[in-house]
Order: sequence, then structure tokens, then C-alpha cells
Amino acid sequence: MEATTPVAPPAEERQMRRLEPTAIAGVMSRELANFRTYWKGTTFSSVLEPLVYLLAFGLGLSATLVDEVNGIPYIQFVGTGMVATAVIFSSALPAMFGTFVKHRFQNTYDAILAAPVDVEELVSAEMLWIALRSGTYGCVPLLVTIAFGLDPAPGMLLVPIFCFVTALGFAGFGVTMAATVAKIDQFNYVTALFVTPLFLVAGTFFPIEGLPEGFQIAAQLNPLHQLVELVRGGAFGFEWADIARFAFLVGFAILTWRFAIHQMYKRLID
Amino acid sequence: MAAIELRNAVKTFGPITAVDGLNLEVPEGICLGLLGPNGAGKSTTMRLLTGQAIADSGELRVLGHELPGEAKTARGKMGVVPQLDNLDVDVTVEDNLAIFARLYRVPDVGAAVEKALAIARLQERRHDAVDELSGGMRRRLLLARGLVHEPRLVLLDEPTVGLDPQIRTELWTLIGELKARGTTILMSTHYIEEAERLADEVAVMHQGKVISRGRPVELIDEHAGRFTAEVYGPPERLAETRAEAESQGLSVRPAGPAIAIVGSERAENGAIPDDAVTRAASLEDVFVLLTGEEAE
Repeated sequence: MEATTPVAPPAEERQMRRLEPTAIAGVMSRELANFRTYWKGTTFSSVLEPLVYLLAFGLGLSATLVDEVNGIPYIQFVGTGMVATAVIFSSALPAMFGTFVKHRFQNTYDAILAAPVDVEELVSAEMLWIALRSGTYGCVPLLVTIAFGLDPAPGMLLVPIFCFVTALGFAGFGVTMAATVAKIDQFNYVTALFVTPLFLVAGTFFPIEGLPEGFQIAAQLNPLHQLVELVRGGAFGFEWADIARFAFLVGFAILTWRFAIHQMYKRLID
Repeated sequence: MAAIELRNAVKTFGPITAVDGLNLEVPEGICLGLLGPNGAGKSTTMRLLTGQAIADSGELRVLGHELPGEAKTARGKMGVVPQLDNLDVDVTVEDNLAIFARLYRVPDVGAAVEKALAIARLQERRHDAVDELSGGMRRRLLLARGLVHEPRLVLLDEPTVGLDPQIRTELWTLIGELKARGTTILMSTHYIEEAERLADEVAVMHQGKVISRGRPVELIDEHAGRFTAEVYGPPERLAETRAEAESQGLSVRPAGPAIAIVGSERAENGAIPDDAVTRAASLEDVFVLLTGEEAE
């Protein structure tokens, strides 16, 4: 009897599954193609902004009001905290505005969803792309702070991962908001109610221990605060609680990912 | 096996029934024109077929795949050319095609892009951003993007809406070439001339249903007869002529400043004035008679 060799069905005959890497990679390749047309401006602002903040807060305040915080020179305290600022502004805002524009004005998602890509893959790809970008740009303030005298430490090698995971969560948050608001100007509410408070009580510019107790508890639920603590752990030494902080950020990313898919499905599929 | 099978498909949006018990079968290898006025349910039907809208009830099958469960697999085998231009305008022509070749899991992206560029006749403009292309070129690129994976079935949603006549003719040539290759095409349109020129069969859609279907000549023969007489004159005269024609059981429809008496070969005893302009009955006559809407 002849041995039979199992033959895989042709690609077009097989049933497609959920979360196919090729679909996700395809959507990300679209983002990459677009990014190649505007990377210079984005990179310029991503480098310049932390530089300006460091000069304004780090040098300005440390020269006049604050010398150090918890034994850390103030410029290094702000510099490590600025990583979180860079992450939220390069993840939540592009996710909000980018998603809204692609859906409402450019009809990009109609084109993508007419191909063998589903909403789950589309949202996952968008979030991954934003997180990759944000994870990279998030490291810039740390590099700038090193240039301002922060000693490099092995723990800093984990900072891109911390940034990536946090950015995933904020990308999911941004996509969820984009799929929820009716008009683009409603992002003003989102920024005022969520983004700015999260950014201000993250422990970037001052330690949250100085805040009233209620704010301190609220800050523990702020993913940006957990990121700030992790980055400072990477720079000045980790503690055991950092494992819980990282787990919290992973949970935040998973939660917003599922929310984003749910809201985008409602928005994109009639 | 039919390329598309819809049985009693219903899709509502709140109080509006966009697709109302639609039955539609498209055999492989034909070009079916879905002709209907705005709001007839054509675009919703297209979205049902791509899984971008989910039917409230009914059975839908595309290329043998049940929808919506296997919509993703079905989409892999079909190409969609949308009504609205949704190209990536800052990205080059070549990259626009390559992105979709990847999304469709084409094994040889480079070769697929070359073929698509040839279809769109844009080889010389491959490195240009879409923003730099003319309207006609963009439309050709949009069509080529939907064909980059050589699909068995192509959905054309109002492929030439809003285009000037020259670009429209260019597009018709490309669609004609696609037909000649044996690709199954479902084309929604509200342009009579487009349906007449390109479609092997026409399904007239109105209020979410197909109300008549057949080859254009069959539809004309069935609903309009052989000749249509157009009568011009002041409103009182047109009203009298209309009343006389209708008393003889003839269908009369407005035709701009005139009235058109459809099936005028059946008229008796001076129902058609001597100065009427008689012409062959057309698909437009059928469309207006069936839907009650003016044709474009």
C-alpha cells in the first residue's frame, strides 16, 4: 500500500481563524508605509518636547526651588518621570485622533475590513503599532536625561518593555474613546477628564506622597504612575512591588484591548 | 454553485428596513448589475456580502461560504471596489497595492503589484504618492487594488459615481476587460447606461427588494415593449395626451419636459400625436416604470 502524504489545503480554501498574524502584520504594514511619510516631524517633536520640559522644569526648578526628591537629583527625577508623559502623549492621543480620522474621514477601515481582516485583528494591529512607536519614543526622555548626567543602569534595558505595555493600554483607551465619541471635538472632554489628570498625578513632577490620601490612593490606579515607578526602578533600583506594578500594566492593556474591540465592532459593523 | 446566494435577507436600521426579504442569486462568470435609485438597499446589500453588515434574518452564502460566520474566508476570495475613494493618499501607488496584496495573503506580493499596476496602467507612476494622481488615475488604482489578489468575485459599489464621462468610459473599459476574463461581478449602480453596457443581467432593486431581473433586452421587452413615444408641448396638452394613453392601458412616465408613452406600438386611434418622437424602448423606461424614480 502506498503511503499517502497529507496535503495542506490551498491557502484560499482553508478557513481563516481569529487573530491571524498575517492579517495583523498586513495592517501594521499599512501603518509603516504611512509612517515613512511623516516620521521626521514626529521624531523631531518627540525629541524636542522632553528636552524643553527638562530644561524648563528640571533645570529651572532645580536651580531655584527643588534640589532633589527622595535623594534623586530633581532633573533626574523629572527626566525619568517624563518617560510616562512621552508614552501617554504618543499613544492615547494618536489612538484617539488617528482612529477617528481613519474611520470617519478617510474610510480607511472600510477598505481594510473588505479584505480578510476582522475588527479584532484591525484593533490589535492598530494598538500594537502605536505601542511599538510609543515604546520607542518613550525612551527618548530617558536618553536625554542620561545626556544630562543620569548614570546608565542595566534595569533601564527594561524601560522599552514597560513603555510598550503601558502604551498598549493607552492605545486601547484611545481607540475605545474614538469609537465612542460622536464628534471629534468631544475629545476635549476626554483630554480634560482623563488624559491631563492622569498625566499630572503620575508622579512625574512631584512625588505623590505629598498629595492628600485620597489622591494617593487614586494615583495607585493610574497606569502612568505605575510606569513612572517602574522607570525609576530601572534607573535607581527595582523593588518587589514592581512585579505587581508590571502586572497591573499588563492587566490595563488587556482590559482596554477588549474594550476597544467591543466598541470598534459596534462602530464598524452594522 | 452560485457565486452569491441570498435567501430572504432582511436588514433593518432602527425603523428603516434597508433590505427587505431580498432573494438574489448570482451565477459564476456573469456580471450582474444591481440597478436601483438611491436608498434602494444596494450599498447595504454590498455590506452584507462583505460581512460589514450583519443580516437580521435570512441565509447568505458567498462562494460557498455561509455569512456572517465565514465572511472572512469569503472576503479572501472576493475583491471590493468601494464607492468612496479610500486610498492612502500620502503613500505611493505601489505601496497602496502592496499593502492590500499582504492583507489578501498573496504569496508573491511583487508580482501581484506588477499585475495590478498593469491593470491600472500606472507603471510609470508607481513611485508617486496617490495625492499626485488625477481623479481618473485614482479611480483606476482603486479598481486595481480590489483585483490585486485576482479574486473570483468582484463587488463594484457604484464604480463610476460622480466621475466625469471620460473617466467613466475609462473605467468601463477596465470593467469590460475584467468581464472578458470570466470574473464574476456584482455591480451596484444607479446609472442606466452603465448597467446596459456592462451587465449581462440586471436586477432592479427598489425598497430593499429585487422587483425584476433579466437581461436588459428581456426586461425591456417584458416591461416596456418595443417603442416609446415622447411627446412635447404645454402642460395642458401633455395632460390630455397622458389621459388618452392611460385610458388605453399604456404606461406613461415623465421624461424631463416631455412625457414618454411606453409601449407605444400598442396605441390605437390617435393616442400618440403625429409630432411625437418615437424611439426604441430603453432600460431607462423600465427603471422609471418599475421604481417610479427618475433615472440618471
